[in-house]
This record gives sequence, structure tokens and C-alpha cells, in this order.
Amino acid sequence: MVEPFEHAVARHGATVLRVCRAVAGRTDGEDAWSETFLAALRAWPDLEPGTNVEAWLVTIAHRKAIDVLRARARRAVPVGDVPEGARPLVGRVEDGRDLDLWQAVAALPTKQRHCVALHHLGGLPYDEIAALVGGSAAAARRAGADGIAALRRIYGTTEGEHA
Amino acid sequence: MTHEIERDTVPSRWPSGLPLPPDEDLAALHTTLARRAQDDGLLDVAYRTVDAPLGPLLLAATPAGLVRVAFEVQDHERVLEELAARVSPRVLRAPARLEDVARELDEYFAGRRRTFDVPVDLRLLAGFRHVVVEHLADIGYGRTTSYAAVAAAAGSPRAVRAVGTACALNPVPIVLPCHRVVRSDGAPGQYAGGAAAKVALLELEQRVGP
Repeated sequence: MVEPFEHAVARHGATVLRVCRAVAGRTDGEDAWSETFLAALRAWPDLEPGTNVEAWLVTIAHRKAIDVLRARARRAVPVGDVPEGARPLVGRVEDGRDLDLWQAVAALPTKQRHCVALHHLGGLPYDEIAALVGGSAAAARRAGADGIAALRRIYGTTEGEHA
Repeated sequence: MTHEIERDTVPSRWPSGLPLPPDEDLAALHTTLARRAQDDGLLDVAYRTVDAPLGPLLLAATPAGLVRVAFEVQDHERVLEELAARVSPRVLRAPARLEDVARELDEYFAGRRRTFDVPVDLRLLAGFRHVVVEHLADIGYGRTTSYAAVAAAAGSPRAVRAVGTACALNPVPIVLPCHRVVRSDGAPGQYAGGAAAKVALLELEQRVGP
């Protein structure tokens, strides 16, 4: 790429942060964001012109978010520490405004969480997601749909999906 | 910021009916990224803009020094693209590296500074143009000289037109004072920031006094 790297940060910073937070949680997601853009900055001069930069960044973000979670798991004291991603959601809310979206996403089963992060927040198509999370594109699509359905139940909404 | 790129606020595939992902403030994360890029030796070109009496100025620096000062009429976005192509695409908004330059420019415009002490990186110029622009630092504050005199000082008294070209391509105007080079008949002549900017700089220096 011969484009200034700042363009990639300005255009895709928000998307990358959402993907990182959906996979790794609010705070660890910030570390994953920094790791993502540092790795991208390193690789930027060698990136082929014409690459879909957003999809490239979302793929790096997914890997970095997993790395950050693993690093935390290695550091964690084994007793009494529940990883953020597995924390059960306490109760339901009648009115979704009080519920932090990242907390609700964190309560999803792992595969659903990753598929929601990559597809609905990161914009990746399901065949590319399958290559990242394993299994078939159809299974990834099902996990994404199940994840969204679960979020709808939490927030008490039933409207149809747009995209 | 004139060259801020639009960001998306709603992910394209986010279903209706669910609360929108919060629109996060990325400023603090960007600052951390710039610092870590610097620490890891990845910040090839740092830039920022500053507000000056002549309008916003774009400042850019490599690890070696100040590599570019650009007026708004030069199109800051185009200047960043040129830096990406000619120096490195690792271009990041990172004000910290440009703090000294920004402060010295402030002092200059306030009439409290006559020379700049910041390191300058003239890698964008080669050959005779490089020689000419280096010589600009010898023209004292509040003084002017002619294109012909600069050509003589650079060792090529007949290269008057080439001196004009070199001044027009000076990558660090104000800091290396091409505005002090005027026509032999006393008219100010052209300037990268526009003729009015050249006159304004000369008037500032006249007012403060050599």
C-alpha cells in the first residue's frame, strides 16, 4: 500500500474496536485494538494494492483478540477467576438501555460470539469466517443467526434483520 | 482537522432492533498507538496540523527531523499522499514528535523567535535544489536577498531560474526561509503559500526588526 496508514486507522478504527471488544471484552479489546494496528502498521508497506483493508484488519483483529484472551488466561490465577468472555449474564433487562452491549455479547457461547463479531460488527462474509473459526460457512451462518437471536431475547426485540 | 477521514458509525450488517454498538471515542487509543509505533521504530512519518496566522500548517517529521511544512493551499491530504509515496506509507498522526517545531513556530509568529533549532530532513530534495535550500538558512531574519544572489552563493551564478524552482519546492518553508528570497526589482515574487503569505511573513519580520 502506498496510501498513508493514518487513512486505515481513521476509516476502520471504530469497526476494529467493535470486533476486538466483542471477542475479548471491553478492556482487553482495547489492548487487542492496539496490537492489531501495530501489526498492521508493520505489514502496511508490503500489503498488495487493492486489498480489502477492512477485511484484512478485521481478520488481524480477530487473531489479536484471541491472543489477548489467551495471554490473560495464562496469567490468570486458576481459582475463582472467570474469564470475561464466559461471565454469565445476570438476569434479563426489560429495557435494554441499562445493559452494556459488550456484556451481552460476552455472555454468548464462544462460536456465536465470534461469528457475531466477525459478520455483524466486522462485515466479513460467512465463507471467510468459516476459514477463521473452523467448520462450514453454513455452520458459521447458523452460529451468527443464533447469536443475534439470543441478543434479541436479551433485549426483548423481535424485528426482522436487515442485512 | 482538514484531512480527517469519515468514519462509519453503524456497522453495515448490524440488525435493526438491537441497540447500536456504542460509538467509541478512539482518541486515547490513537495516542497510545502513536507512542507504541514510535517505541517500535515503526513511525516513519509523524504529522500534525497547527493553527498559524497564515492558516493551518501541516507539519511532518521522520526520525531524522522535520521533513515537510505545508500551507493549506498546498492541499494537506495531497501532501500526506506524497509523503507516503516518497518517504514511507507508515504515516501516522502523532503530534508528540512535532511538539518542538510547533512551539518554535508559535514563538516565531509571536515575534519572539528569529531562528529555528529543530533538525531538518531534506531527503525530498536532491542535487542543486538540496544545496540551494540548505543555503536559505544563511539569510538573516528580517533581511531579503535576490534569486541571483542565492544562485551565486550556491556556486552557480547563472542558475537563477533553478534557484526559483528550488525555492518553490522547499519542503520546509518558514523554517528554511525561502520567503526572504525576492526578485531583483524588489517585488516579492511567488511563494508556495501564496504571494500574500510571503508578504505577511516579510512584514512580520520587518515589524519585529532584524
